Amino acid sequence: MSLFVSQLFNGLQTGSVYALVALGYSMVYGIILLLNFAHGDIIMVGAYTAFYAMTAFHLHPILSVVLAVVTSTLLGVVIEKVAYTPLRSAPRLSLLITAIGISFLLENGAQLLFGADTKSMDTLVPGNVSFGSVTISYTAILTIIVAVIAMVALTLLVQKTKLGKAMRAVSEDMGAAQLMGISLNKTISFTFAVGSALAGIGSVLYLCAYSQASPTMGSMLGLKAFVAAVLGGIGSIPGAMIGGFAIGLLEALVAAVGLSVWKDAVVFAILIVVLLVKPSGIMGHPVTEKV
Amino acid sequence: MKTRSKIRIPMPARYVINLALVVGFYFLLTGLISSGIITNYWTGILITVGINIILAVSLNIATGYLGQLPLGHAGFMAVGAYAGGIFMKATPAAALLKEGNTAALIPYILAAIVISAVVAGIFGVIIGIPALRLRGDYLAIITLGFGEIIRVVLTNIDSVLGFDFTYGAAGLKRIPKFASVTLVFICVVLACFFIHTMMKSKHGRAILSIRDNEIASESVGVNTTYYKTMAFVFSAMLAGIAGCLYAGYLGSLYPSTFKFMKSIEILVIVVLGGMGSMLGSIVSATVLTVLPELLRSVADYRMVAYSLALVVMMIFRPKGLFGSYDFSMSRVLEKALNFVFRPELRKGKEEADNEQN
Repeated sequence: MSLFVSQLFNGLQTGSVYALVALGYSMVYGIILLLNFAHGDIIMVGAYTAFYAMTAFHLHPILSVVLAVVTSTLLGVVIEKVAYTPLRSAPRLSLLITAIGISFLLENGAQLLFGADTKSMDTLVPGNVSFGSVTISYTAILTIIVAVIAMVALTLLVQKTKLGKAMRAVSEDMGAAQLMGISLNKTISFTFAVGSALAGIGSVLYLCAYSQASPTMGSMLGLKAFVAAVLGGIGSIPGAMIGGFAIGLLEALVAAVGLSVWKDAVVFAILIVVLLVKPSGIMGHPVTEKV
Repeated sequence: MKTRSKIRIPMPARYVINLALVVGFYFLLTGLISSGIITNYWTGILITVGINIILAVSLNIATGYLGQLPLGHAGFMAVGAYAGGIFMKATPAAALLKEGNTAALIPYILAAIVISAVVAGIFGVIIGIPALRLRGDYLAIITLGFGEIIRVVLTNIDSVLGFDFTYGAAGLKRIPKFASVTLVFICVVLACFFIHTMMKSKHGRAILSIRDNEIASESVGVNTTYYKTMAFVFSAMLAGIAGCLYAGYLGSLYPSTFKFMKSIEILVIVVLGGMGSMLGSIVSATVLTVLPELLRSVADYRMVAYSLALVVMMIFRPKGLFGSYDFSMSRVLEKALNFVFRPELRKGKEEADNEQN
């Protein structure tokens, strides 16, 4: 039983990171129908920023965290401006290939700059708390709390503010939104900024959980977060959260029964099943194809 | 004045011209190798070029002609490589190879290629039928998922089922090294010929119509599911053959070779060459294989340069270097003949071009 509970918290912890990253995928997909492959690598850049800020420049952890989030946000906006804006009217295949290109550029650039090895550091938040026989690390609790706060903030932003309304309008119908006087460029950039900021938070939480950074850490994390976004229903914010937690818990479950080498295969199998049975995901709306 | 019609090279003659070119090129290549101008080291690179060409033209079927973006091509290559490798290990091919008994080896090699093509094709059907129900990004991500699953299975299947098939992460070793320049050359030529003839046939036109507008082509009676699966399966089969040659060239296989990264490398080749252009795929496979060898000192920058090239290409020249242009020796000859013998046609060049297309 105690094993079950601690695995549950493990799952919720990874799930929180997945959920935050999945939100970024989901928002960007919802607005410009792009599977932003580079999103996972933004996390990697954020993690490296926090890592170097703390180890090489000995900044205060909170300052480092802020720095990581700011860097991720800026990077997301720059990528959008440089690579995606010129292609807004191009076929979606071109956009997708560009996203893959950016993703590989970041990964290989990081490999050149920081080396291919994994950088390890001390745990940011040491210590555990025990409830009877169950031991839960402070990191796990912190991760889950931060993720939930971020999601609530995002929901408020999207539902209650003017910019959120603009975002919803653009994702509903880009042309009509533009006719209503909404600035497309601003709204899309803002979406990327918010998504990348969430990725930045995700990167810090990742660093808290695993205390390491490597150039390729973002690709698998990003892919799984995308699976989470698809599972929850792409374009839907609550869907991304549900999907993230579901994938995290599933992974913990697979690891708990001693099949951790099959973790990746199970996650992708889930993706395939979801895409085949209900491509719109748990919370999504089915889209009909028009000529 | 009676206008003479344009000179056209009839169909059988076109094949003869192409065959002559291919055979000529082959003898040039083997001549250069036997005379030592192409060293052993470069012969190896030449084989890699050939394998990459097959991979690129096969992915081009799905990307360039069908207009989808599968990201699991390395998975099919892996399946073909392991199928071919396991088969060749089980045969007495290694002993024959040692004796130098090439004639006795041929049936085994043929069988290995057929087996890897069939196995990869079966995987193509298994993966293609569900995957092709989706399109665009979803298809990309589902094929990526399948590719990763194939890799995870190859890594872990032995330890789960107690087999000694793939040898997991330690790698499948001591595969007879049967891939010679001649074999790879023949495979490349046959692959290109096969794709070319298929794309010029009614099936090819159906595939192109799906790329241009799937709903429209369905509404004029093209069985889109059938043709999409067909293109996808052929693409997988050729990738399987390339994998088989790869196994026969390197002699050892590791699941980590067939990561997502490998699929992207193949995609880069196709995109840079021009989606839908066979010439583009061939040229860019050659250049992108040979260039890193020449620039060994800056090899670290290879992937950075690749990815940058991909982005820049998409922004400034999304059609790739060659667009959908394909080279035809016969067309060049026709133009030359017309230029010399039909001077009165020179003015109407534009019309003639239109007619040819």
